Amino acid sequence: MESKQQKKKINWKLVGTVTFGVRRYFVLGSAAVLLAALTAYAIPLITSFTVDYVIAGEKLQTMPSVVYGWAEKIGGRDYLRSNIHIMALILIAAALLNGVFTFIRGRSVALASEGIAKVIRDTLYRHLQAVPYDYHKHSSTGDLVQRCTSDVDTIRRFVGVQLLEIVRTVAMLIVALIIMFSMHAFMALITTAALPVLFLSSFVYFRKVRKQFTLSDEAEGKISSTLQENLTGVRVVRAFGQQGSEIEKFTRCNAEYRDVTFKLIKMLGFYWGLTDILAYGQICITLVAGVILSVTDGFTLGQVMVFTAYAGMLTWPVRQMGRILADLGKATVSLERIDEILSHPAETEPGKALKPVIKGEIEFKNVCFGYDAYDDVLKDISFKACPGQTIAILGSTGSGKTSLVQLLQRLYTCTAGEIIIDGVNINDIDHRLLRSNIGIVLQEPFLYSRTIRENISIVKPDASDEEVYNAAKIAAVHDVIESFEKKYDTVVGERGVTLSGGQKQRVAIARMLMQNAPILIFDDSMSAVDTETDAAIREALNKRRKSSTTFIISHRITTLCEADNILVLDGGRLVQQGKHEELLKVDGLYARIAGIQNMLEQELNGGGVKSEHRDQGTGI
Amino acid sequence: MSTAIKEQEFDKKVDLNIWKRLFKYAITYKWLVVIIVSMLAFLALADLGYPLFAKYAIDTFVEGKTLEGLTEFIFAYIGILILLAAFAVVLFICCAGKLEMNIAYDIRQQAFKKLQELSFSFYDKTAVGYLMARVVSDVGRLSELVAWSIVDLMWAATYVAGSIVVLFTLHWQLALLVLTVIPPLAVLSVVFSKKILKYQRRVRKTNSKITGAFNEGIMGAMTTKTLVREERNSKEFVVLTGEMRKASIKSAVLSALFMPLVMFLGSAGAALALFKGGQGVIAGVIGFGTLSAFIAISTQLFEPIQQIARIFAELQSAQASAERVLSLIDTPLEIVDTPEVEETFGTNFEPKRENWPELIGDIEFEHVSFAYKEGEEVLNDFSLKVRAGETIALVGETGSGKSTIVNLVCRFYEPTQGRILIDGKDYKERSQLWLQENLGYVLQSPHLFSGTIADNIRYGKKDASDEEVRRAARMVRAEDFILKLEKGYDTEVGESGARLSTGQKQLISFARVILADPRIFVLDEATSSIDTETEQLIHSAVDTVLSGRTSFIVAHRLSTIRSADRILVIKNGSVTESGTHRELLAMKGYYYDLYTTQFRDEARRAILGFEEEVKPEEGFDRYQED
Repeated sequence: MESKQQKKKINWKLVGTVTFGVRRYFVLGSAAVLLAALTAYAIPLITSFTVDYVIAGEKLQTMPSVVYGWAEKIGGRDYLRSNIHIMALILIAAALLNGVFTFIRGRSVALASEGIAKVIRDTLYRHLQAVPYDYHKHSSTGDLVQRCTSDVDTIRRFVGVQLLEIVRTVAMLIVALIIMFSMHAFMALITTAALPVLFLSSFVYFRKVRKQFTLSDEAEGKISSTLQENLTGVRVVRAFGQQGSEIEKFTRCNAEYRDVTFKLIKMLGFYWGLTDILAYGQICITLVAGVILSVTDGFTLGQVMVFTAYAGMLTWPVRQMGRILADLGKATVSLERIDEILSHPAETEPGKALKPVIKGEIEFKNVCFGYDAYDDVLKDISFKACPGQTIAILGSTGSGKTSLVQLLQRLYTCTAGEIIIDGVNINDIDHRLLRSNIGIVLQEPFLYSRTIRENISIVKPDASDEEVYNAAKIAAVHDVIESFEKKYDTVVGERGVTLSGGQKQRVAIARMLMQNAPILIFDDSMSAVDTETDAAIREALNKRRKSSTTFIISHRITTLCEADNILVLDGGRLVQQGKHEELLKVDGLYARIAGIQNMLEQELNGGGVKSEHRDQGTGI
Repeated sequence: MSTAIKEQEFDKKVDLNIWKRLFKYAITYKWLVVIIVSMLAFLALADLGYPLFAKYAIDTFVEGKTLEGLTEFIFAYIGILILLAAFAVVLFICCAGKLEMNIAYDIRQQAFKKLQELSFSFYDKTAVGYLMARVVSDVGRLSELVAWSIVDLMWAATYVAGSIVVLFTLHWQLALLVLTVIPPLAVLSVVFSKKILKYQRRVRKTNSKITGAFNEGIMGAMTTKTLVREERNSKEFVVLTGEMRKASIKSAVLSALFMPLVMFLGSAGAALALFKGGQGVIAGVIGFGTLSAFIAISTQLFEPIQQIARIFAELQSAQASAERVLSLIDTPLEIVDTPEVEETFGTNFEPKRENWPELIGDIEFEHVSFAYKEGEEVLNDFSLKVRAGETIALVGETGSGKSTIVNLVCRFYEPTQGRILIDGKDYKERSQLWLQENLGYVLQSPHLFSGTIADNIRYGKKDASDEEVRRAARMVRAEDFILKLEKGYDTEVGESGARLSTGQKQLISFARVILADPRIFVLDEATSSIDTETEQLIHSAVDTVLSGRTSFIVAHRLSTIRSADRILVIKNGSVTESGTHRELLAMKGYYYDLYTTQFRDEARRAILGFEEEVKPEEGFDRYQED
């Protein structure tokens, strides 16, 4: 799994962008780390100075001479000896300083990592809104969300926890090495002897154990999926009386997870045990060497204490360091995955981005469209629509109805021909202006998970209650909303009430009405509304929209027959257009749809139609 | 379902009863607990031993200027502090891991078994995501907490107790002085741990909101574009991430403050030791070794105390999950077989098939009333007689009670009043499994289990031979498409059958029923439209399945309705029209209207083709967050 990820390509420009504004926290944090390390090492030195010099009266060669100079200045050893609380206060002061630096470090790290996380999240969100619709159509929501959440989190954790930890360990090592080597080179060597081994074993171990982690994750995933399958299929399980075998199945996954994870923990256990031997062995060697040197070579007690303290202080971060370096690759991979999203170009203006006043005169001139070079979704479409007209579109599955509408909103651009709106080529109109002048209701409308009121007034957040109610009344959904416990403040979606398909469609119609757009599109948007309500909504709409150009995609003859012009699409071509009466006379899709009523009457009068409509079904 | 994921009060007091029950799961593994406890006690003492060994070394060798006895000292050090301690570490980690895994395993088994027994009224009220979160993440978190909190508590308690003993033995006056830092340390730790956890919770909550926002932003990308809401959405999102940053930084700053404060208090203890101990050394009443041991121990004392505070804070914050898990396990069963029935026919898990009578298939509703919720009767004094082998189609509006009738037949629910007789006997006098094994049940949106096609067909009859499986598939004309698949019957269907079309899944679910060969068959057609191709595939399969069985169909498609022996129009829980297709059409009532509307829809679909339904993609499961 890791071999392929080793081709690390860090996009430094991206790193530069996301760290902009928080870099000073890195500097501050690193400085604090260094100072904290220094003060942390000072503490054993202070103790050692107190014990050796102040109490026992031995002057150490290696202690900086300024220290003794200072001691002389304030009254010499005797003074300190009788006022030993001064040493205690110095110790407390050092601890306090250490605390302050540690705090600054923690705070800087938090500011830096959270700042970066915020910038990345905001950039991702903004970018995902800005990429062309086509991008969303072709990517999986789960994967994108995963990248926007866990990958961002991996980076945040890397910056917040690991990065300065590396700085800290290196700083501590350097400071400790300098102090120790200046005190006693041989002892310093002994004190650090096991550290490389400790580091390497951690590094190797955490690389190796990753596989077991993956296994454990997978086993847990298996529990989840088995459980989910069982719960969603609970009726099937019961209906076949398979509770017993389901328990067996679950037991297998459950036991598998238990065993795999236990193996992982066991590996961890041995790792800790073995590295403990190394770490405490190091302390032991240091202590013993110190003791021997003190007896044979005049090593002081204070020095023994300093070295054993340092040995204890170094083993932990060095062990951690191995782990951090082993995990380092993860952050790079995450950054790459985020970069992949961000490097997809955002929607651009193909033309002049004009901002004309849109009245609703639309002309399609030989429009062609395909998602790629090989398919023609729409071929040579030409028609004209004037403000106030209603254009109905009828067509079978895959005939290109939806694409036609999407072209009008420039979610896609046409591959040949042109669309003219009020005399301006659609490609020259600013896409924001264009879209805000087109209201659309989809068959499966998307509502935001907030209140119904907010959903309806989403394009006009400052709308009055009356405006919202009016829109809802026209969409014949006001009474439904009023019947909810929280009325217009009912939250819809995952966290709230689930609306039926028809209710959603009607809320979306109300939302569209708030837009007051000169061009309206109903993309089969009343399919889940019963015919009577459908008629009522259309009547109310007709009263309201006097001058808007309306496109209606529908299968209902009652809806279609009212249109000023009916477009019949088949396989991407405009095969028929005209008014109801004209189209009825010609044999074709429209006439067949209109003929269903006759079929029904035949069927009711004695059957026999059954097979006929079946044949037609396969014929298309 | 939304009420179930409400935030639980955080500031609740720790409820000991809940934790007692959870710790009981641990006590089952007495030996593991004993080993963990003794290893940790040893390790805590060993941790105390390091400064004491150092003290001994200093007093004996450094002060005494002799190396005599050093070899023994080294051996003792290596033997006790290094090898034994390392052994103890390995042992306790393994045991705690085993304990954690065993507890999780046990609770999950118990929960899963419970879920297999709970009645449908429970499933109607509870979202799958909610249950998943309980069984997977909550249980994982709790078992970890229980197992490792034993470890941490044991170590911390021994360490504190040991320190106190050691310090007092060495020099009690000095000990009293040094230990004065403990009370402020404890108070500080408790206060901070709680605060930090509270903020972490807020961070998690905000984080799940951000996940939700991403989800919405991506799934609603098209709507956002058409409404030109990009700018405003981004602005709202920035507010959200701002909140997140604020909460995270607050939580991080608190932690950043906590550690230095605690360590500072520890150093204050060391400073006290240095001050008073130093004076003592000068005065000649205290040895160097004692002084160094005091300094070493008092610097380390903050850790166990902070540890104990953390555990209590964690127990408190995990209490909500504990309650949820236990309440799942405690949920009472609504449908149970009587002890007499179990005695004769066995339980769901240990059936006594030899005592089962054969099921013929006569079904009778005798003055049955039923309510899902008290006071809201769906069926009232409903009576119906169905002969063995008869096919009954139930039509009517959503909420009319037709699905309820089917649910009652399956004994997914039991009548609140009246009886349901199968072959003349109240079905409560038989075991649930007896009925279920004689029951075939197909949903319009068929549910397959991951595994091969053959596994799925075999689901109701695990010991069926390959030939039987193939015969069943052939009978519903599923073999054609199965053999066209790369691996034929051994093709993996993917999770929930994701790799097959709805029509194909439907056929497999029919073959599954055929193989199980039930006496009673129930088909619950959903309202969702299906394409013409599937319609045709299914039509002939349904006929095959129906023949010779007592069948109930909640019908929406004309082809199934027409082929029924009897059509019942259900309205407000009672039969308003009953008869054959022709008879009901002649009545020109509800059935007539329904039929003509449906006819138009189906005809239109036949001409225009099937409009692919836009399935909203499943978003991220946010139940797991709390």
